[in-house]
Amino acid sequence: MSTEINPAVSVTPRVITTEPRRSDKVFRAVVTSGGLSSLLILGLIALFLGWRGFDVMRTQGLSFITSSDWSISTDDLGNVIESNFGLAAMLVGTILCALIAVVIAVPISVFSALFLNFYAPNWLKRILVSTIDMMAAFPSILFGIWGFLVLMPSVEYWAKLLHRYLGFIPIFDVKIPIYTRSPFVAGVVLAIMIIPIITSVSREVFSQAPLDRIQAAYALGATRWAMIKTVVIPHGRSGVIGGAMLGLGRAMGETVAVFTVLNIVFQINWQMLLGAGGNVASLIILKFGDASPYEINALMAAGLVLFALTLLVNGIANQIVKRTGKSGR
Amino acid sequence: MSTVEVKPIKPWAASRADHIRNLSILLGAMIASYLFVAVTPMKGKLAYFFTFFLFYMIATATYKLFTRGQMAAKDALVSTVVSIGAVATLIPIISILATVVKNGVKGLHWSLFTTDMSLATPTDPIANGGLLHAITGTITLVALSLVISVPIGILTALYMTEIKGRLIGPIRFLVQAMSGVPSIVAGLFILSSVLYPITKAYSGFMGVLALSILMIPTIARTSEEVLNLIPNDLREAGVALGGTQWRTVAMIVLPAAKSGLVTAMILGVARIAGETAPLLLLTGGGDRVNPNPFDGPMGSLPYYIWKSFNAGSPEAITRAWAGLLVLVLLVLILFTAARMLGGKKK
Repeated sequence: MSTEINPAVSVTPRVITTEPRRSDKVFRAVVTSGGLSSLLILGLIALFLGWRGFDVMRTQGLSFITSSDWSISTDDLGNVIESNFGLAAMLVGTILCALIAVVIAVPISVFSALFLNFYAPNWLKRILVSTIDMMAAFPSILFGIWGFLVLMPSVEYWAKLLHRYLGFIPIFDVKIPIYTRSPFVAGVVLAIMIIPIITSVSREVFSQAPLDRIQAAYALGATRWAMIKTVVIPHGRSGVIGGAMLGLGRAMGETVAVFTVLNIVFQINWQMLLGAGGNVASLIILKFGDASPYEINALMAAGLVLFALTLLVNGIANQIVKRTGKSGR
Repeated sequence: MSTVEVKPIKPWAASRADHIRNLSILLGAMIASYLFVAVTPMKGKLAYFFTFFLFYMIATATYKLFTRGQMAAKDALVSTVVSIGAVATLIPIISILATVVKNGVKGLHWSLFTTDMSLATPTDPIANGGLLHAITGTITLVALSLVISVPIGILTALYMTEIKGRLIGPIRFLVQAMSGVPSIVAGLFILSSVLYPITKAYSGFMGVLALSILMIPTIARTSEEVLNLIPNDLREAGVALGGTQWRTVAMIVLPAAKSGLVTAMILGVARIAGETAPLLLLTGGGDRVNPNPFDGPMGSLPYYIWKSFNAGSPEAITRAWAGLLVLVLLVLILFTAARMLGGKKK
């Protein structure tokens, strides 16, 4: 009875397909377009800054990178009579400050990452990790003001010590004894800002060191240091380099903290203890307030240069960090 | 027959004698550094710090050298150096927190939270004016940034965890590149693309757009990590029950990851709450409470701090510290909330 088929209904086999339904197609399209937003935003940043800065870069040509004069003169109507925009001093200053920061921060971060992973007891590790992560979330203006009011007197004193005892090394030499607001001060502040970043990257990389090898080293009678030297460091070396470059990228793009502690001078200066430095991001803040439209375009071009620089450094850093993740053994 | 109590022995644990020895080395190093600083012309905290670690390093290393040999001496040396690294990381954190609390408390008073700066200047006595415009401004900016960047950030994360299309490599790379975009560049971008050609006026919304650019990568990366932790069984179960991918993601995966996604949002907020540079370029920093983010300049905590700090007088600096204290408390609360929500899994 019940198996009888109603002849009125035509029986066609159900079509089995891997074709997604319409709702899924919409879903996939929406998610994909959301995913592409990062591409869109980065592209637009380059496009718009380039568009605004194109005029200036074309007029200045290569001297936009190589000269270090930044001046503009206008007549009473606001027309530009003469303008000179050169980023050389700012670029040198940016790189110098960032390098100082990385040189100071890397040893400290690597040591504290080692301490967290292999020396600290578990309870201490938990406290320290959340403290250091919290420090990474501190606003940069806090570092700037703290650096200016609290840290700078100490750093000036350290700078004097460095000059007195290591002054025979060219980079510690200072012709004019002005130590306030030097690239060194900015570098120390930046170092404090990037220590949490490098520490957490290094900690992550060190904790991925293969456990069997660590235990094998201990079983062979290695001391903790011997184990670290033979297992952890070879495994984590490139990860630490990548972390350092992430810190470098961060240090290059930092604005407010550097602006508060650095004295900006339009002259190339490699003497890190002398109170005269440059910084692209700080230049933008410094000149933005009373800039004419044409100068704003120059600042846009400067922003584009900074964008390209940080993008390059970050790109390399991410590639290096990613490669370590794979080369587990 | 007498019963024997079996106690676990820990041959690796430090014995009483070891503890006493370690402590005496520590004390000895302290005393030696104190005497050394007293005798030589060196002075200051740095000198104490430096000589103490030097003496401690030498003492432990020589002790190990004579009892255990060269390898152990090296090990002891490195232990000290590594601890110095950890201490050097902590000193700035402690110093920053201590200064903010010490200087900020002086500037705290009740009217700070009930008045704005429309009738006061930063150099006025501290009792005049307050933070109301800055606090409401920051809350408005952060809330609107969340509205923009949470959908985009989570969609990006979903692309990387659910769709896993051909573009997954480039997109992951771009998101990471985006997290390295300097905040000032984000500000300049909005300035050149929206403010100059379209609106031609400072407003809170311009700041929101720039902050969103900084917030999206943080949310995307954290959400990706969270979504990766959701077991694949759940997704397979959803599809096996006849759900489409859209229903599976919306009704199973996202609810399962809810607390993690909230953590991602909080971390994003902590990332941008103190961001200053783009706000200096875009928001105009008004001095009165402005509830409309699309019209007129809008104050914010970082802008207020910046303005007060640059005004330079002692009152203004105190104001800046009070603002910093409020801002730091905000970040700390957010951060602790994120930890507590996200901490369960780790």
